[in-house]
Amino acid sequence: MVKVGILALQGALEEHENALKKAAEKINKEIEIVFVKRKEQIENIDAIVLPGGESTSMRSIGRKLGIFDPLKEKIKSGMPVLGTCAGTILLSSKVKRKKEGPATDGVIGLLKATVIRNGYGRQKESFETDLKINKLNVNIKGVFIRAPIIEKIEDDIEILAKVDNDPVLVEQRNILAATFHPELSGSTAIHEYFLNKI
Amino acid sequence: MLFEDGIIERMWGSSRIVHGTNRLKRGFAKMVKHGAIFDVTNPEQAAIAEDAGAVAVMVLDKLPADIRAAGGVARMASVEAIEAVMDHISIPVMAKCRIGHTQEAILLQEIGIDMIDESEVLTPANEAAHVWKWDFTVPFVNGCRDLGEALRRIEEGAAMIRTKGEAGTGNVAEAIRHMRMVNLGIRQLVSNKDDPQELMRLSREMRVSYELALETAQLGRLPVVNFAAGGIATPADAAMMMRMGVDGVFVGSGIYKSQDPEVRAEAIVYAVANWDDPEKVLEAQAMISEKKSMTGIDINALTEEQKIQYRGAQL
Repeated sequence: MVKVGILALQGALEEHENALKKAAEKINKEIEIVFVKRKEQIENIDAIVLPGGESTSMRSIGRKLGIFDPLKEKIKSGMPVLGTCAGTILLSSKVKRKKEGPATDGVIGLLKATVIRNGYGRQKESFETDLKINKLNVNIKGVFIRAPIIEKIEDDIEILAKVDNDPVLVEQRNILAATFHPELSGSTAIHEYFLNKI
Repeated sequence: MLFEDGIIERMWGSSRIVHGTNRLKRGFAKMVKHGAIFDVTNPEQAAIAEDAGAVAVMVLDKLPADIRAAGGVARMASVEAIEAVMDHISIPVMAKCRIGHTQEAILLQEIGIDMIDESEVLTPANEAAHVWKWDFTVPFVNGCRDLGEALRRIEEGAAMIRTKGEAGTGNVAEAIRHMRMVNLGIRQLVSNKDDPQELMRLSREMRVSYELALETAQLGRLPVVNFAAGGIATPADAAMMMRMGVDGVFVGSGIYKSQDPEVRAEAIVYAVANWDDPEKVLEAQAMISEKKSMTGIDINALTEEQKIQYRGAQL
């Protein structure tokens, strides 16, 4: 039995819970899902999902709860993490508000990448498209909602999927980060791959 | 039944891109769950909301309490005011159009806001119909007083629901009543989910399709995100609504009609995120002073004509 956390400060928590449950059943892995809101919960989990939502909101609540420092240490020590959309922004080392604007340090900052928040624009630019992920041997629906764009990444990060020329799913050892929402795709392939990393 | 008339397709290189699907509209609402959305009238108020950790803001010409005091016709906010807020902050920006005013909704979509609130807080424009929201690429949120009203709005294409409450009163009693009615309706559907005849009777009573009644019965909740709104003024009010099972809260006049908007905004965000932890809600409630809360209005002191929750409810 492994304990899989979902960072529960704000956002689409239940969608990840459902996707994790289905994925665990498919690969026949026993998991317990924990909604993580307290720093004390972090030492007892074996993996964590950083969900989609508003990264600024998560940042302000999370800082007040003092949750990011212990979380960062745990991820540094190798705990598998799946970041989606806002979660990827929290994980990235550099964050820009606009393409031309300055970059500030990311909240957790362990993914060696520069991301632009709402890189495609507002909700009217939100989109769906088919994504081919060769490493997982699947085609899934990519659901991008006010999604960030990964502008720059270090060479040692593996790119698992792209849209046009932008990486949208990347892997840096224990960190798996998507700019889209696999939890809304109807496929559990990415959650299965994540659970297999534990 | 899903209509997807608001879809726009285009090609990016060799990728086929689709905008405005139902999944994207409802998905947007899912991303603001467990969050607080604040009414604002200018960029300064919007910045306070963003710094406090709000998940979005709602732009109005006047706060509901001022609309109530001013009387007259309340319409969508100025284009200039909406654009000024959009330029100033990076979180999603919503704005209100009048009930049934399809043209105001088209304008808001053109401006590029993230979600439209077809709101009873503004003066209703069409006594016979709400906006047919399926035609739009932008998602909509609508108010409700009970489950039937919520489901009728979803059938018109709403991607998110909120209680109506009684806006601009600082009194949470009506929001509690409306959420209680939604929960009661859902329990009724759930307990009859294996009885098609009773389910059909209930769907006719609620004036919604059998299919949507069945879907709701099977899900055991609304098929879209559901927020509380109307009269929320304190962290305790916000946590109370979360306790009743809403996905998040809208706060209208409660923030900027108080004398401590900065800390109150932050305290409400904190109370929403931690509603199930009494210690943290206490921490949030201790941040504010009741002496600084908006004075508020006793609902019983309002005549039926003065209540805005009835606007559009018969449809």
